Amino acid sequence: MRLVVRAAEVTGARRLVDIVGAHVDSCLYHGEASIDFVERLARGGTRVSVPTTLNVGAVDLLHPELVHDDPERKERGRWLMDRYRALGARPTYTCAPYQLDVARPAPGEQVAWGESNAIAFCNSVLGARTNRYGDFLDVAAAVTGRVPLAGLHTTEARRATLVLRLGSDVPAELRDADELFPVLGLLLGRRAGSAVAAVDGLPPGQSEDRLKAVAAAAASSGAVALFHVVGSTPEAPTLDAALGGGGPDAVENVTLADLRAERDALAHASSDRLAGVSLGTPHASLAEMARVADLLGGRRVHPDVQLVVSTSRGILEAAEERGIAGRLRDAGAEILVDTCSYLVPVVRRLDGAVMTDSAKWAWYAPGNVGATSVLASTRDCVESAVAGRIVRDERPWGGV
Amino acid sequence: MTRSDQPTALVLDEPLSLWGGIDPASGRIIDAQHPQRGAGVAGRVLVMRGARGSSSSASVLAEAARLGSAPAAIVLSEPDLILAIGSAVAEELYGVTIPVVVLDGDAFATIHDGQPLDPGALGAAASAHPSVPDAG
Repeated sequence: MRLVVRAAEVTGARRLVDIVGAHVDSCLYHGEASIDFVERLARGGTRVSVPTTLNVGAVDLLHPELVHDDPERKERGRWLMDRYRALGARPTYTCAPYQLDVARPAPGEQVAWGESNAIAFCNSVLGARTNRYGDFLDVAAAVTGRVPLAGLHTTEARRATLVLRLGSDVPAELRDADELFPVLGLLLGRRAGSAVAAVDGLPPGQSEDRLKAVAAAAASSGAVALFHVVGSTPEAPTLDAALGGGGPDAVENVTLADLRAERDALAHASSDRLAGVSLGTPHASLAEMARVADLLGGRRVHPDVQLVVSTSRGILEAAEERGIAGRLRDAGAEILVDTCSYLVPVVRRLDGAVMTDSAKWAWYAPGNVGATSVLASTRDCVESAVAGRIVRDERPWGGV
Repeated sequence: MTRSDQPTALVLDEPLSLWGGIDPASGRIIDAQHPQRGAGVAGRVLVMRGARGSSSSASVLAEAARLGSAPAAIVLSEPDLILAIGSAVAEELYGVTIPVVVLDGDAFATIHDGQPLDPGALGAAASAHPSVPDAG
């Protein structure tokens, strides 16, 4: 409770509000501080008081052999995951709880979520309300069932103050291509910082998977907790609605060159040498798993390349039932659950680039696991995994 | 007036996510996207206009405090709940005080890299000029 009160002081809230659920990121081991905190918290038999899902941990509990970490660190990581489950949280172990029916709050519902991509998705795509709850406060909120009534829990703070308008030189093909969305997210995060931006100029009805890519990227390059995409996200049926009836502080144009610059910053490869391909960050949805299997189309991954698809144990179960997981494994893919390949050592070789369709993976993997990352479309990632070298189709970006 | 035993400012050109941004064992910046990659934050006053990135930054701050590689203080130009809570937990678990101070734009802009700063005095300045909490 002391942490929740401290949070109220920081946010200037005068009262607390009840929450209907929580998503807790504190179960990922970052060192003994993670353990020391939960030991202190759990003194006296503390348990969560609202339905709570758990974020990824440091171990794949179902396929522990896929993580090549120090055994003691793996054991501590496993212990922490178990400890959070013992607080009464659901052992979902995913950064994409919003793909599970048990963790989809309704529009307007108050929740406390951790995990930067999940926070941005929860606010922007589900229309539920959370602030950026970091480790420790996420579980404190789950235990107390309350958070300070401030920031994005209030209607006023949810209106866009920045408009990002796609310029006329952004080709129609790119506006509706999967690979635009992580790049757009990078740009959005960099320009918005912690502000709420509205993106105008995309075809309406964009899929949750595409919006997930925006959320994950924007929450990496910025401190974005909420964005609106006009015609696609629930609080932005129109630009006026996204602006909440007011005027924006700024309207900025987004050119093809701006987008290419964001992509190029994360797509640099000194040669076409390829060691691995990592897909599923944030965790792959069932549709994304099926798409990868379809793109492989019965072909096998090149023997010199490791293809890792990260997903949740919940989605894996559905993928097993539908034969999708089998098709991926038959092609030579590894399916990782409960953790992610940029958190812990999963990629075995680092003597070539690792391609990814995730801006978040490309952003963090170099620092975290020493990989040289190359951001590309899902199709290019799969084609490269089969070819055994980096192949890229520049046409959607106005190249040849 | 400054004293040679005061921590010095490390003014970042861009915000930094502490998780994925620093190695808590060494205190070095590891974020490959960050222009100041390789710089050490341990014992410095980390000055950045806002936060960025991961909600695990609270854990990394607490872990850095445990390992003695945390910044002496953090100065922002807008409030950040994740860093504030990481600081509170570092104090609670390890008795390590890492003031997280929000300065308004003018006061923030006067800090230059390498400048010796008294974290306690920064806190007093911030409370004398309270800033309006932002959206999150």
